[in-house]
Amino acid sequence: MITKKDVEHIGWLARIKLSDEEKEEFTTQLNSILDYFAKLDEIDPNVAPTHHVSGVVNVFRDDAVKESLDQKDVLQNAPKKEEGFFKGPRIV
Amino acid sequence: MTSISEIKKRMKETSAEEVVQSLFDKIERSKLNAFITLTKEQALKEARKADKNGAKGALAAIPIAVKDNISTRGIRTTCASKILKGYVPPYDAHVIGRLKAEGAIIIGKTNMDEFAMGSSTETSFFGPTRNPHDLSRVPGGSSGGSAATVAGGEVPIALGSDTGGSVRCPASFCGVVGLKPTYGLVSRYGLISYANSLEQIGPLGCSVEDVALLLDVIAGHDPRDSTSHVVKKKRYIDELEDDVSDIKIGVPKEYFEGVDKGVEKAVWDGIKLLEDMGASYSEIGLSHTKYALASYYIIAMSEASSNLARFDGVRYGLRLKKDKDWHTTFSEIRADGFGEEVKRRILLGTYALSAGYYGRYYLKALKVRTLIKQDFENAFKKVDVLIAPTMPFTAFKIGEKIDDPLSLYMADVNTVPINLAGVPSISIPCGFANGLPIGMQIIGKHFDEGAILRMAYTFEKHVEATE
Amino acid sequence: MKDVIIGLEVHVQLNKLNSKLFCGCSTKYHDSEPNTYTCPVCLGLPGALPVLNRAIVEAAIKVALALNCEIAEQTLFYRKNYYYPDLPKGFQISQYDYPIATNGKLVIEGDGERQIRIKRVHMEEDPARLVHKGPIERSKYSLIDYNRSGMPLLEVVTEPDLGSPKEARQFLNKLRNILEYLDVFDGSLEGALRVDANISLAGGARTEVKNISSYKGVEKALSFEIVRQKNLMRRGIKVVQETRHYDEARGVTISLRTKEEEKDYRYFPEPDLVPFKVKDKVAEIRKCLPELPDAKRRRFVKRYNISEHHAKVLTSELGLANFFENVAAKVGANQAATWIADVLKGELNYRDLDISAFSPEHMIQILHMLEEKNITEKGAVQVIRTLLDKGGTPAEIVKQKGLLKVDEDVIAKAVDEAIKENPAAVKDYHAGKNEALHFLVGQVMKKTSGKADPNVVNKLLREKL
Ligand SMILES: [Mg+2]
Ligand SMILES: [Zn+2]
Repeated sequence: MITKKDVEHIGWLARIKLSDEEKEEFTTQLNSILDYFAKLDEIDPNVAPTHHVSGVVNVFRDDAVKESLDQKDVLQNAPKKEEGFFKGPRIV
Repeated sequence: MTSISEIKKRMKETSAEEVVQSLFDKIERSKLNAFITLTKEQALKEARKADKNGAKGALAAIPIAVKDNISTRGIRTTCASKILKGYVPPYDAHVIGRLKAEGAIIIGKTNMDEFAMGSSTETSFFGPTRNPHDLSRVPGGSSGGSAATVAGGEVPIALGSDTGGSVRCPASFCGVVGLKPTYGLVSRYGLISYANSLEQIGPLGCSVEDVALLLDVIAGHDPRDSTSHVVKKKRYIDELEDDVSDIKIGVPKEYFEGVDKGVEKAVWDGIKLLEDMGASYSEIGLSHTKYALASYYIIAMSEASSNLARFDGVRYGLRLKKDKDWHTTFSEIRADGFGEEVKRRILLGTYALSAGYYGRYYLKALKVRTLIKQDFENAFKKVDVLIAPTMPFTAFKIGEKIDDPLSLYMADVNTVPINLAGVPSISIPCGFANGLPIGMQIIGKHFDEGAILRMAYTFEKHVEATE
Repeated sequence: MKDVIIGLEVHVQLNKLNSKLFCGCSTKYHDSEPNTYTCPVCLGLPGALPVLNRAIVEAAIKVALALNCEIAEQTLFYRKNYYYPDLPKGFQISQYDYPIATNGKLVIEGDGERQIRIKRVHMEEDPARLVHKGPIERSKYSLIDYNRSGMPLLEVVTEPDLGSPKEARQFLNKLRNILEYLDVFDGSLEGALRVDANISLAGGARTEVKNISSYKGVEKALSFEIVRQKNLMRRGIKVVQETRHYDEARGVTISLRTKEEEKDYRYFPEPDLVPFKVKDKVAEIRKCLPELPDAKRRRFVKRYNISEHHAKVLTSELGLANFFENVAAKVGANQAATWIADVLKGELNYRDLDISAFSPEHMIQILHMLEEKNITEKGAVQVIRTLLDKGGTPAEIVKQKGLLKVDEDVIAKAVDEAIKENPAAVKDYHAGKNEALHFLVGQVMKKTSGKADPNVVNKLLREKL
């Protein structure tokens, strides 16, 4: 069982501000989905996890320089910018 | 529906420009809401160019629709989400480069579930897409726009993406052909990630031939995607033979549990038809299927929670008027920009990866993934392909399941194991129930797209699926 | 138990390579316009995918071998999930379980030799650079430059084996030295080396000081932290476990509201990159390793028969070591060692220059002139200073400044004059007064404008008196 407080913490980790109703609703929904996920508690397979389904290893590129994007294209989507920089929120 | 050959015929009779214009006329009158963005001006320009200079390439002057999670340089790409507001990619996805190289004309970006998270195309910020067979019903998802527009005869072919069934589900619900390639066959470069380890871009069309042709164009190694395979390039179009006499079919009994009667019957009729054509079949067990859905959702949501962390309004996308401290700013942008289903999955994924739960959820899911993969490997020692219903039921009503997320997840029970194992699967129409199309999926070995396409092609030639 | 326990996490930029860790953007972005060395990958644009730079893996193995580490059989990248405005994807691609190397050691020489254990070495991508208008806590917004984003970093993590701020600095100097020998690192570039330091005093909690970005800063930040913790303890206040931010300008550490803690990072293997097996590369790379500082130092002592101290100074920078070997091939090794390690190095340090500012040819010419007694030692120092300050060639400078030693005839003439002009002094000398000789030497030096060799003057005076 996860509590409303857990949902709040998860929301913080995921940087999603949750309203009070959302917290309530998600607590209920998440619990019912997690109940379903608990199906996996039935088994404890003694096999290696499959992180990469293809089994491919050792994929590299050569240390060659490729052309970067134009600054104009880079900044074209920026909601806020200043003197060639992206403008972000304040830290503190 | 309008096939590629039909389009070619009409273009010969009139002109590329006229044909493309007629498609836009149809789309602009359409009630399907299959598109988020139309690229009419550019498309008509390219059509005129083709008329003037002659069209070149495997898809010369062929109109195509592209799912809106595939990056297109200069064309807004939204993932059907508010959070990507105003985003215009400065680069093309690998598959877009391939389409352009082969002369295809992109006519627009199709509607989808927000960030491909859904099986009904109802979670789009731009409103739901409708099923051309019954406008009150969903087209399936998440590539619902791509499937609906093809089914509605608005465009011959389209690209979708399939993370847990997102090409095959809408193909099934809309009565078109859709293929999920082997993991690694098609480059994901430029595909906006939902769950990287599971998804592939896949072709949709009204015939197996068109799907094979489109697959020929988009398949192949791309050094920009580390998970892209180096496979010997063969032309799938050349593998389309009307002959299945040497093929052994396996029928996984688990995939028929809880399936609607009408769907079950149509799929069995399909298998019997293939038997008549010379294939043999046997029942087979994929014993870990019952764990696939939980495993799939845990992996997909975990990866998604991390993939979607980049949407913070700094470099692109939604930004609120007033900034506060960075933590509050990010939290508010993401609260406003993401829809409910996306939030739900991010929260669940964050939880599944968090300290203390990683072993119980994420790691366990990956171990189950190994078992599922082994199930398929064992099955393919005995048979060449597997055949099963794509979806357990036909298209449901818009709004019918949206308030019960878990029941919506359950709809993917037959499609997700394929993504976990990374094998290819094609969904083809195999009949109707109450006027709604039914899809049958043919699942193959890794990189054996040739075999499933050949089987689908043969089936399509001989089946008489009428409403 | 030691009074002070320090462990370091050192982030070094492998800035000598051509392209970034996961994309083809150039690493030579320093001093460029913001956001001009970026692409979809290092901007974290939706849909962009990373592809690993082979040369960086090889460089990492080189460094790990030089730090006496064990190289992993198979290794892979993880995502470290956290939010910060400098992180374009909301996660950093780093390593977690199965880092490329573990269990190394590095010997530092302070007061005697000390072995510092290396816990692990791993690769990760650099975040972007944040710029603030004014101090961070008062800045109304942040400006972000992604040129640095995706630069290859090597994180070297030590065990808590360092016993003082000074040792921490010695460790960093040694590490930098090795990295430069391996030709993967230019420590002079901005942001090339950044350190997080864990520090605790006996009986107190451990604090982590982040954001130290210079060699000197490490010693200062840690010294500040020791004093701060000692003061707290003295006043009976508990030292709390926390992360502190080093403010370089003010030389203080400040408490930062904690971000995610270690347990919140939700590490999981990066699905967009595949694992890599590097074990079979190791032997090959080991074969190509250059001679490292310790080995070079031992060879210098043995081969050139110079002092341990000189060998240490000369091998402290690869450029300096090569310079010495160039010069020592043409002139006496001991002479070369003294002049390079003691004189030249001092003059360079004074001017904040490195050895590339001086030509080995010039050093050879100067030392030849000294050997042939054409100039005095004092003159040689003057030549070196002039070369550094104004340029030119040693021969020109000697000529311009009239530094050529006067020959014996001229000195003899001056000696005769001095004896003739100072009868009183001559008398005193004969009476046994030694100061009188000094006086006469001084007179001769005056007449030769100081260019006479004092030894020769002495000799001639004694003869003629
Ligand atoms: Mg680090
Ligand atoms: Zn880049």
